[in-house]
Amino acid sequence: MEFRFTEEQNMIRDTASEFLADVSTSEAVRKAMTTEAGFDANLWHRICNELCFQSITIPEEFGGMGLGFVELAAVLEPMGRVLLCSPFFSTVCLGVNALLVAGTQAQKETWLPKIAAGETTATLAYTGNNGGWDAQAVQAIYTKTNSGYQLNGSLCYVPDGHTSDLLLIAARAENSRGTEDGISLFVVPANTTGITRTYLPTMDQTRKQAQIELKNVDVASDALMNTEGKAWPALEKILQLACVAVAAEQMGGAQQILDMTVAYTKERVQFGRVIASYQAIKHKAADMMLKTEVARSAVYYAACVAQEALFDGDKTIAAQLLEASSMAKAYCSDAYFFNAGNAIQLFGGVGFTWEYDVHLYFKRAKSTETFLGNAAYHREKIAVALLD
Amino acid sequence: MKLTFSQEDELFRAEVAKWLKENLCGEFEEVRFRGGPGDEHMFSHKRKLWEKKLAEGGWTCIGWSREDGGRAASIEQQVIFFEEYARAGGPGRLGHIGDGLAGPTIAAFGSAAQKKKYLPGIVAGTELWCQGYSEPSAGSDLAAVKTRARFDEEKQQWQITGQKVWTSLAHESDWCFVVARTDPNTNDHKGLGFFLVSMHQPSVTVRPIEQLTGTSEFNEVFFDEAVAADMIGVVGDGWKIAMALLGFERGVSTLGQQMAFQNELNDIIKIAKENGQAKNADIRARIAEAHTGLRLMRYNAMRMLSDTTAPAALVYKLHWASWHRNLGKLAMDVLGAESEICEAGLYNLTRLQSMYLFTRSDTIYGGTNQIQRNIIAERGLGMPKEMKGRWMAVS
Repeated sequence: MEFRFTEEQNMIRDTASEFLADVSTSEAVRKAMTTEAGFDANLWHRICNELCFQSITIPEEFGGMGLGFVELAAVLEPMGRVLLCSPFFSTVCLGVNALLVAGTQAQKETWLPKIAAGETTATLAYTGNNGGWDAQAVQAIYTKTNSGYQLNGSLCYVPDGHTSDLLLIAARAENSRGTEDGISLFVVPANTTGITRTYLPTMDQTRKQAQIELKNVDVASDALMNTEGKAWPALEKILQLACVAVAAEQMGGAQQILDMTVAYTKERVQFGRVIASYQAIKHKAADMMLKTEVARSAVYYAACVAQEALFDGDKTIAAQLLEASSMAKAYCSDAYFFNAGNAIQLFGGVGFTWEYDVHLYFKRAKSTETFLGNAAYHREKIAVALLD
Repeated sequence: MKLTFSQEDELFRAEVAKWLKENLCGEFEEVRFRGGPGDEHMFSHKRKLWEKKLAEGGWTCIGWSREDGGRAASIEQQVIFFEEYARAGGPGRLGHIGDGLAGPTIAAFGSAAQKKKYLPGIVAGTELWCQGYSEPSAGSDLAAVKTRARFDEEKQQWQITGQKVWTSLAHESDWCFVVARTDPNTNDHKGLGFFLVSMHQPSVTVRPIEQLTGTSEFNEVFFDEAVAADMIGVVGDGWKIAMALLGFERGVSTLGQQMAFQNELNDIIKIAKENGQAKNADIRARIAEAHTGLRLMRYNAMRMLSDTTAPAALVYKLHWASWHRNLGKLAMDVLGAESEICEAGLYNLTRLQSMYLFTRSDTIYGGTNQIQRNIIAERGLGMPKEMKGRWMAVS
């Protein structure tokens, strides 16, 4: 049974952990999160040039490292641990995956090498303002023109939407509202005429969002990804892969906040004892460890499934993507929130201060829980598969 | 990182499945899916015959060395065996305490003569074992055992006096392994011995405990100067051996246990679809959560099997016990009004009613949830150990 990281995968995780612990300190996170861009360009530059994590899943033919989803999960975990502020998630877990899943050969040839080289950032913009995450959330409209397509509408809650160089936009045909039919995906440079991008201030300052207005945005026919009007299955797969990636970050965050909490309770003395010696504290920490370990199992499983799904491997395993991604997203969302919420409680008063980092994790837990659907949303997806 | 078993292991799986298909039928049809937790008292005669059938096929003690009579199956193969066994509806094993606990302990700590004396009966499925650990005042605190072992110089034998409790299968067993105090001047893990005691002597009395299920899988066992046929190891080794024994079974039966859980969850899903509860939003979420918990239990177990140092092993018991207890409640909530009715009359519980009630013991035996949390906090998180002491009851 080899359901564990290989030596190479352990090495990747350790390299990422060591580097990130050095550069993404509390001070660095707090500095980056107060800027509108939300990340330190120098640090992003170092990640792209020294570690090349942005190219991890990009095939070698497009200038990437050609590694897999398990390796991606191995770097996402430490990124989640240190609340890394960077366009990594949007560029790799949304942009690269969208190009790999739905891009034409020409689109891949154009954009993947640029991303692999660290020259281009990307994100996925698909949700309108109805607060949902499924096909109904796609509300922007595309119409056919002589030379291609014209896009109109609002895109909300777009991760790093105000800084990304490249937008992968989902829009639907007129009169297709509310259905899975009629959805198309487009590759659109962010500086295309007619696109207005507005930074949205967020409660979790470590993960930036933007609103994007599309007003008569004309794109050429080669901007179309996948099949016109039939792109929902591809988009759904991109979202499922993204859920696995979020879950990996969440698991890292859940582990980190557990470690921080345990360390604190071993130092804090009340009634002449470190509070870690009280059973009330120990049992809460044990419950946090249980959630973290099960979350880890969920992420490893889902990453194995995502690997087969993303690179068209073993069909039986790839077919589990819906279930695996929803299980991982539901469980890890709950686990991270549980751990971060309990961390505030166990830190006590100082856990409620701005000075201590606990609130950063508490806020990240909630923002990642909401993003791409919370546990209730994903449990219902599982319920549909089991009961309907 | 791989999700799948090797091809060789899959061939082994096919071999197990084939044997079970060809043998778990005919006279054994009635014991399929029977005799598990909450049902251990049923069909004991037929299940004793089944132990011998398994032995004929070479399917007892499969993880033991060939020298000891096993087939030296790898951990993966043992897991696969348990999984296929559960999938086929193999009955609750009357021989599992000998197979999984007593035998490996004797093999690890016993003398050559002791191995020769005890192991063949376990392998043949002809000698059944039970476990004498817990006592009325030694539950979670196992080291507090009071049962005494006294060496009779005249007869040159150890004699056991005391009471054990929660002894499953005691009334069916030929042998009991007993942790007893050899040094009356101690009251902790020092001064204990590990003894093998025949259940077929007048000085051993078995009294069934009527549980809240109305059934009696568990017993009290009274020893009144009962003769111990053997001591394993030497005086003072009792605690070391008792603790090692608890480690022997860990892991390999877990996927089989999960298969049984899956059968229960499948029943619940089927009922929910039939009676309309599958449309109830709360029930839907709880079924999805149960399904998720069970699947993740599998991947937790796979991590344990892939890496014995994985922390997943520490949380495993707390996870499955809590999960199963929730499943019991879910079953009743899905059944609704029908959950109250004993279709076969008083006090003949349905399978799900029995499961519901029995799951209340899951979070108690084998280390309560509270003890599990202590272990996780202390060993997994390095938090301070509980203070030991003998506190008087507060009046």
